[in-house]
Amino acid sequence: MKEFALIFRNSLNPAVQPSPEQMQQVLTEWMNWLGGIAAQNKLVDRGNRLSISQSKTVRPDNVVTDGPYTELKEFINGYSIIKATDLDEAVAMAKGCPALTIGGNVEVRALVASEDTN
Amino acid sequence: MDESVSHNLLPHLFRLEYTKLTAVICRQFGFKYIEIAEDIASDTFLKAYETWMINGIPENPTAWLYVVAKNKTKDHFKRLAIFENQVQDIVMSDESVAQEELALDEKTISDSQLAMIFSVCNPANSTEGQICLALQVLCGFSVEEIANAFLTKQETIKKRLLRARASLRTDNFRIEPLNKDEVTSRLDTVLKTLYLLFNEGYFSKNKSQFIREELCSEAIRLTLILAENPDTNLPQTNALLSLMCFQSSRLEARVDKDGAAVLFDEQNKDLWDKALTEKGNYYLVNAFKGGHISKYHLEASIAYWHTTPNDENKWKYILQLYNELILIEYSPVTALNRAFAYAKVYGHDKAIREVEKLSLIDNGFYHGLLGYLYASIDIEIALNHYKQAVALTKSKTDKQVLQRKIERLRFRNDV
Repeated sequence: MKEFALIFRNSLNPAVQPSPEQMQQVLTEWMNWLGGIAAQNKLVDRGNRLSISQSKTVRPDNVVTDGPYTELKEFINGYSIIKATDLDEAVAMAKGCPALTIGGNVEVRALVASEDTN
Repeated sequence: MDESVSHNLLPHLFRLEYTKLTAVICRQFGFKYIEIAEDIASDTFLKAYETWMINGIPENPTAWLYVVAKNKTKDHFKRLAIFENQVQDIVMSDESVAQEELALDEKTISDSQLAMIFSVCNPANSTEGQICLALQVLCGFSVEEIANAFLTKQETIKKRLLRARASLRTDNFRIEPLNKDEVTSRLDTVLKTLYLLFNEGYFSKNKSQFIREELCSEAIRLTLILAENPDTNLPQTNALLSLMCFQSSRLEARVDKDGAAVLFDEQNKDLWDKALTEKGNYYLVNAFKGGHISKYHLEASIAYWHTTPNDENKWKYILQLYNELILIEYSPVTALNRAFAYAKVYGHDKAIREVEKLSLIDNGFYHGLLGYLYASIDIEIALNHYKQAVALTKSKTDKQVLQRKIERLRFRNDV
């Protein structure tokens, strides 16, 4: 078993304002999806969601800008760590992520162990 | 003496007062004296038995026991002091002990029991060791009774107890004055031991309903001691107590007269204990007065929804609670229970895909669940899973239940 980070990205589209019911629906599906991974004993760390309002980007020469997304169309809004036998299995698990249904995407990245030079 | 007295009153008094006396003596003189404390408690009961046999039961048997225990303790430590002063000629720090009067007021007793609970639930011991010790020291069970409850050899229990008691003596845990940090750091272990003690009763392989109820009610009694003390009356304590009340309310309904488990849907709801359900509600409300959500909160909430048989949304809530629970702590049982709730919400087709991902192929319940889910979709596959479930199940009664399901399915297939 190897560990993989699933990095969730959302597109920034201010025009789309989901209703509370839609939010609830996505949240339910998200918990079903994550719970399904945990039920296989393949969730290492449910991770965290990352705040948008409480965020700054620090750049060289003492430049600090608001938010993570001034130059990006999409932003990271969270991550979880799972375990899988290989990258293919990790990708298959990521395919169930509800982020995909609301214009987001999931980046799957193997964690690099210290002895791993690849 | 009246027959019923020796058979009913004494064992009951013994259970309750023996553990209290031991706890008070240990707290006052230290856990290294635990054997002496137990001897004094036993001697007290021996004397009670002899005296009451001749003179009849005193008006207040508990008070009578306390007076005798007090005197016996005083005598013991007086002898000890004389021995140390005159024979050994060494004045040990324990000398002062002889002057101390054993306090047996309500507050001291409940504080001592609390100290005893915290001492017994020592993370240095294995969980089996903790549970055995809890049954012996906190609940007054004999080695034979513990072995009987666990369906284990007495020798095994004795060995477990020996190891556990050794660390109890050296640990010398004291909560006087109640040390908040220590209480907080050990409360998780304490609650876990009580949770396991309760589960030993609730899921016991032992067929005797009496033994099962006894273990469950002892676990509740000990958890109540925690809930009654301000330092341990925390949200997770209330959540655990709530869970125990909800589960106990179904104790009678969930097992048939042969000791076979009765599935939730098939339970006679009239057998559910309403008073206990209400207590469960009460402690659950208390549990949510703090911010911390423990796994006991989630399990108690699931148990709460099970007391509302007719709510159409209940399985949606139960599934979300199982999602949260499995994120906190993985176990195959939780994974399978979650899958069952999933089937109730999203139907058998979707649930089968969810269950098959679990690949718990060595687990009888896994195949039992798949058999149940496939029954309305593909009888051959369902039969195949039920057969594997039978092969993997150890309990004879559970095998019979599965066998009946197989026969029913075959019958349906033929028609």
